[in-house]
Amino acid sequence: MMTKWLGIKGGKTLVGKPGGDSKTAVTQDILIDNGVIVEVGEVIAFPPGAEVLDVQGCFVLPGFVDLHCHMREPGDEESETIHSASIAGANGGFCCVVAMPNTTPAIDGPDMVELIRSKSTSALIDVEVAGAISKAREGKALSEMNEMARLGVKIFTDDGCGVQDSRLMLSAMQYSLTSNSILAQHCEDSYLASGGHLHDGDVSSVLGVQGIPNEGEEAMAYRDILLAKKTGARLHLMHMSTQRVLEIVQQARDWGVDITCEVTPHHLSLTHESVKSLNPNLKVNPPLRTANDCHSLIEGLIKGQIDAIATDHAPHHPDKKDVPFEEASFGMLGLETAFSVVFTLLTQDKFPASPELIKPSSIDTIQALAIIQRAMSETPSKIAGVEKRHGGPIEPGRVANLAIIDPSRCWTVAANKLASKSRNTPFDGIELVGKVVHTIAKGKLVVSDGGSL
Amino acid sequence: MNLTSIDDLTPSLFQEIISLSDRFIEVSSRPIPKVPVLRGKTLATVFYENSTRTRLSFEAAAKRLSCDTLTFNLTTSSTSKGESLQDTIQTLDAMGIDFLVIRHPLAGVARLASGWTNASVINAGDGCDEHPTQALIDCITLIQISNQLSDYDPDCQGSDWPYLKNLHIGIVGDIVHSRVARSNVRAFTRLGAKVTLVGPPTLLPSDASSWPVDITYDLDEVISQFDVVYALRFQKERIVQSLIPSLDEYIRYWGISSDRLDAMKPHCKIMHPGPINRGVELSSQAADCEKSVILRQVNNSVPVRMAVLAALSGVYVHDD
Repeated sequence: MMTKWLGIKGGKTLVGKPGGDSKTAVTQDILIDNGVIVEVGEVIAFPPGAEVLDVQGCFVLPGFVDLHCHMREPGDEESETIHSASIAGANGGFCCVVAMPNTTPAIDGPDMVELIRSKSTSALIDVEVAGAISKAREGKALSEMNEMARLGVKIFTDDGCGVQDSRLMLSAMQYSLTSNSILAQHCEDSYLASGGHLHDGDVSSVLGVQGIPNEGEEAMAYRDILLAKKTGARLHLMHMSTQRVLEIVQQARDWGVDITCEVTPHHLSLTHESVKSLNPNLKVNPPLRTANDCHSLIEGLIKGQIDAIATDHAPHHPDKKDVPFEEASFGMLGLETAFSVVFTLLTQDKFPASPELIKPSSIDTIQALAIIQRAMSETPSKIAGVEKRHGGPIEPGRVANLAIIDPSRCWTVAANKLASKSRNTPFDGIELVGKVVHTIAKGKLVVSDGGSL
Repeated sequence: MNLTSIDDLTPSLFQEIISLSDRFIEVSSRPIPKVPVLRGKTLATVFYENSTRTRLSFEAAAKRLSCDTLTFNLTTSSTSKGESLQDTIQTLDAMGIDFLVIRHPLAGVARLASGWTNASVINAGDGCDEHPTQALIDCITLIQISNQLSDYDPDCQGSDWPYLKNLHIGIVGDIVHSRVARSNVRAFTRLGAKVTLVGPPTLLPSDASSWPVDITYDLDEVISQFDVVYALRFQKERIVQSLIPSLDEYIRYWGISSDRLDAMKPHCKIMHPGPINRGVELSSQAADCEKSVILRQVNNSVPVRMAVLAALSGVYVHDD
């Protein structure tokens, strides 16, 4: 039986203003009693019988919070379940994920929210539920947002597609004010995007495969910003992929719009150049864009213009991916590689999968980890409304939700060794720098030495 | 060895196909046009799109080389029962085939299939991506007649790599949906030709900045500069998709009409990958006039495909 004491010895924590990137590393021991942090200090005399993790050289971060995770349950348990996704999440240092409502049936009412809640009790990590904006995600009629909000749902989205009907989106924003909820938009004008399979540009032109233009994403982002300005609703833009969307977000902030935004590790680190291979694992929506877009998004992340890194973890069974590119489903795995992809991208001269990307600027390990702590833990925990349990600070009285990082550990992604039930990672065979070695979630050690327990 | 894209061809393989084509044109003119080059080999044609001409041309090429042929018939096959592409290819592979000729409505399928079989995979058209054997037929047709094509010294053309230098080829029509155009842009430019793409903006690639071509919407402005006008097939589907307002308007602006014949250089040749929509992309007068080398393209289709099969199988090794 596991001892009630868990000690973490010799790790470094990043101390500084929450939500900021200016942090300093302090070596601190941590003592956890029955899942709750009880002592944090320079040198702790751990009680006899305590299980002690010696993590010298490692960093202890508040566990990651993923605002955007497709867990596929119910409806597509062949590709992922809440349980398998929770193991994948724990492996990636995530202690909380927000489950997207595009399940079958969709999470569009209180019964479905309760179903996901009950299925999540056995998950290794906390699972928050996002509700659909429209009934059955059909984009026609509002879902019972208040009923879901009463059960604790804080984010509403029709993710998988954007809300096309501008009048419905206006109503959703107005109505969201009653519960002070966040409306998260998958920005995509379906007319402009329809029939497309990858970014509309020189690669799609050479391949002869119909493209998805930037403007489909940007037009909806702009529309929603105008509606949010009009209504005062809280707007969150999901998986931003273009330079111009980020510029539009900055403009919205100047206008005083209550807006947050996220970017995925793959939109930061991969470009449409890689899609020349027509590898279906590189098919994702929004599509991988240009190096110029990546550079702008990386810069936006470093400057703090991007609030959160979210995975858009989208498992697909091999039957949906071992097919011609145009027949393949959109989506990539993300939970198990997110930290390492972002850390490698920020700290190494070249990102191994994308030689076309130019290193943004000189970022050292502590700066990179500070950005990651802010964008993968502190800020998303506030957006998801779970800041009481997640996102730090690491201090006595808080439930232990911690990701322990070895910044010097190199590892090669192997799709067939992932905990996810699916294999559709775009990073298979890529060597990454930095690894989550231990994860403590819901107060328990769930991943140790890089493997789930 | 596979031929999924013109980019698969090394310069030596490209030249080998060109020189073998000459040899097989001679073979095809014999009373008994058959040689034992590929005896004991098996070629399977797997067509996920209807194209009787291309399929028959490959099967005729194989038979003239004494290669056995298998025809995978989609309507009676297990595909209509839901078999996946991968399972189909692997089943054929298990039967022991040497060549897999595949056509599919989606881009990249030939390359994908090459990962599932040891046979030489030949792309007979994959979506809007490539149709490399059509491009080879077109290149070899142009090489044969290149001495008629230019105002320049005929000795500078057709005799040596790059065979099509100094030629200006205009490809006209629905470029964005054309695998023939994509393969021909690659092939013509590798052989030294200058290529200009002409078509309505809705039927041109959205970003051709990486293509070594010029692009224009105005056919009348450039038609007098071309040594070759390559007309592409226009599909009426483009009107339904609102990419073109009407057939009449398309013909008026981008069809090769009799008036435009008069505007061409005297020696300018007209090409088309077939089948022709008479009165649409080509007027009947344009298709049948002395400028047209469309029948020559058709005549070359079997010998060139024989050359492709022989070259990919490695039975001929170039000496130099």
